[in-house]
Amino acid sequence: MQEIALECIGARKVFYIRKETRPKVKPSSEWYTSPGEGGTGGQDIAQPGAGTVEPDAHAGAGEGEREPGTGVGNGCAGVRCDGNGGLDIHSACNGGPDSHASRGTGTNGRHRGRLAVSRVVATLFPKSVKVEAVSGVTFSVKRGEIFGILGPNGSGKSTLIRLISTLLLPDEGEIRVFGHDVVRERFAVRRLINRVSVEAAFFKKLSAMENLSYAARLYDVDIRWARERAIDILKRLGFSESKAYEPLEDLSRGMQQKVAVARALLTSPVLLLLDEPTTGLDPVSKREVQDFVLEVRGSHDTTVILTTHDMQEADRLCDRVAIIDQGRFVALDTPARLKAGLAKNGETVTLEDVFFTLTGKALEESRLDEGDYSD
Amino acid sequence: MRGITVIELVREVRRSYALVERNFNLIKRYIGWEIVFLVYTVVNTLTIAFIGVNPAGGGGGGGDRVLYLVVGALLWGFLSVLFHEVAESVQWERWEGTIEYSFMAPMKRLSYLGGVCLYAATYGAVRTVVVMLAVVSLFKLDLGSANLGAAFVVLLLSSLSFIGVGLMAAVLPLLAPEKGSQAAHILEAAILLVSGVYYEVDVLPAWLQPLSRLSPATYTLRAARAALLRNASVRDIGSDLALLLAIGVVLIPLGLKVFNWGELHAMRTGKLKRSG
Ligand SMILES: Nc1ncnc2c1ncn2[C@@H]1O[C@H](COP(=O)(O)OP(=O)(O)OP(=O)(O)O)[C@@H](O)[C@H]1O
Ligand SMILES: [Mg+2]
Repeated sequence: MQEIALECIGARKVFYIRKETRPKVKPSSEWYTSPGEGGTGGQDIAQPGAGTVEPDAHAGAGEGEREPGTGVGNGCAGVRCDGNGGLDIHSACNGGPDSHASRGTGTNGRHRGRLAVSRVVATLFPKSVKVEAVSGVTFSVKRGEIFGILGPNGSGKSTLIRLISTLLLPDEGEIRVFGHDVVRERFAVRRLINRVSVEAAFFKKLSAMENLSYAARLYDVDIRWARERAIDILKRLGFSESKAYEPLEDLSRGMQQKVAVARALLTSPVLLLLDEPTTGLDPVSKREVQDFVLEVRGSHDTTVILTTHDMQEADRLCDRVAIIDQGRFVALDTPARLKAGLAKNGETVTLEDVFFTLTGKALEESRLDEGDYSD
Repeated sequence: MRGITVIELVREVRRSYALVERNFNLIKRYIGWEIVFLVYTVVNTLTIAFIGVNPAGGGGGGGDRVLYLVVGALLWGFLSVLFHEVAESVQWERWEGTIEYSFMAPMKRLSYLGGVCLYAATYGAVRTVVVMLAVVSLFKLDLGSANLGAAFVVLLLSSLSFIGVGLMAAVLPLLAPEKGSQAAHILEAAILLVSGVYYEVDVLPAWLQPLSRLSPATYTLRAARAALLRNASVRDIGSDLALLLAIGVVLIPLGLKVFNWGELHAMRTGKLKRSG
């Protein structure tokens, strides 16, 4: 087997997210104003710049289409859909220079400071917004190494893991797993890898054992052996055997995550992709999973790529750590050297300090700022 | 496709069994709903059979008419289950979030979809037998001039073509995650309307009739009725059978191609994932 487990050369992945941008809206005839009653901000999606208002019959902001907004609305626009395409806007813009549009409505600076009520119809302009999730990442991982990827939310960690696990096609660059190209030799790569994602994705009505049997069969692992091994792994992770036969929906998130770890290890991957495997686990469970990862590397020579938000975990487990920010690696070295690089006159530096310095973000802040995209 | 060895083939077949086992496990967990759906289908079929007995509405009631309608109800029941299970397999996995795991397994997509079809056919057959028993227990069906062997051949060949249609529909959720399965339902409804499930297609308005020729269900129903009501032999219904076979032979590989293309599209645009 080759000494280089993973080679990633200039990998790049761009997503186009369809966003309905702020429409042009024009008031219909019956504008009237009344003393302001400070809007409370609905599901605001912050979008700088206000539009004008234009009637248009093709409005499409049905309630059902809403996605939770991520805006920070400063009490600017509370918008309610009236269900037939028209929009009732109750706005009291007393905020700053930016107007906030909620899912395709605009408020106009002219009405700042008072309440304007009108029936307006608006067109939503779906627009593709380009997100460069991974942009030109190059690195390689040696066999048996535990390679950590740290980065704020939305920095591209999961996307990178998905590129390696043949679930996404890179737009540019090349990724090879033990010499096999993830695009051209997908099948060969799939035999070598498995993955744990932050969301424990299972048939939630089925039990842990039923889900694990399914996974084992997909990989054509001997089913009796797989069942025994599954129980072993689960026990090793502090998961009681009796729970293995209950529907997964009845188990806590942490327990489901342990089943996900078991699923990945059941197929004896030589490259294990762990995307935040310990998120949501209590400190004891976290330890159990971490110890197990170390054990698997030790006994099976498994190579591990691990993303995490837990700096101590990275420090403890990883031989080398890359820090990714906005799709780019901003650092890559052993935890010790990363820390040493920052240390001035003998003060102790943690990996967390390195993270803050390199990503320019406080951790709390980065957790709050929802980078996650779900449809 | 490159040649694969016998051992590989056996392994692929074993892999596809994963889908069968998983889906039967799911049935156990949703047993309440299974019973509800089954009862509904039984009652629905009986209702349709009673329409055949009812002498009002012209044409008199009677054995042949009951059989005519029952054949339609049973076949449609089977084919629509087949279509649904195949068409919604992807949608379901996407919903559960397991699709990334299933598609990441080192398994040919043909085996995955083959497993789905195998399950769908087994499950559909079991349901149809239960409904058939209920009908037989309530109605005296005259199978004196029925060629059961020929009817079975019809069932087999029509399954092929419906699997092909199902594969085409299965890809829809990969192209449009939220709207794909709605589109599949519309397709199914259109097939029901134009295929002469409960009536001859010539009662349809002239502009709809050409559509009936596009639906494999039309040939299925026509051939099945000929076999079961008029004792037609395989040779008698040969042209319909050939058409069904041809539709299957064209649609299944085409469906697979379309599916692969849809999967690549989803991998390019990031549509396999639901969250995380
Ligand atoms: N399937 C997708 N479709 C569209 N955009 C996506 C998709 N997956 C990721 N993105 C976008 O790519 C960027 C990187 O996301 P990614 O999930 O890789 O981040 P992450 O580092 O894993 O974040 P987190 O720490 O929150 O898990 C984000 O802006 C995200 O919205
Ligand atoms: Mg992530």
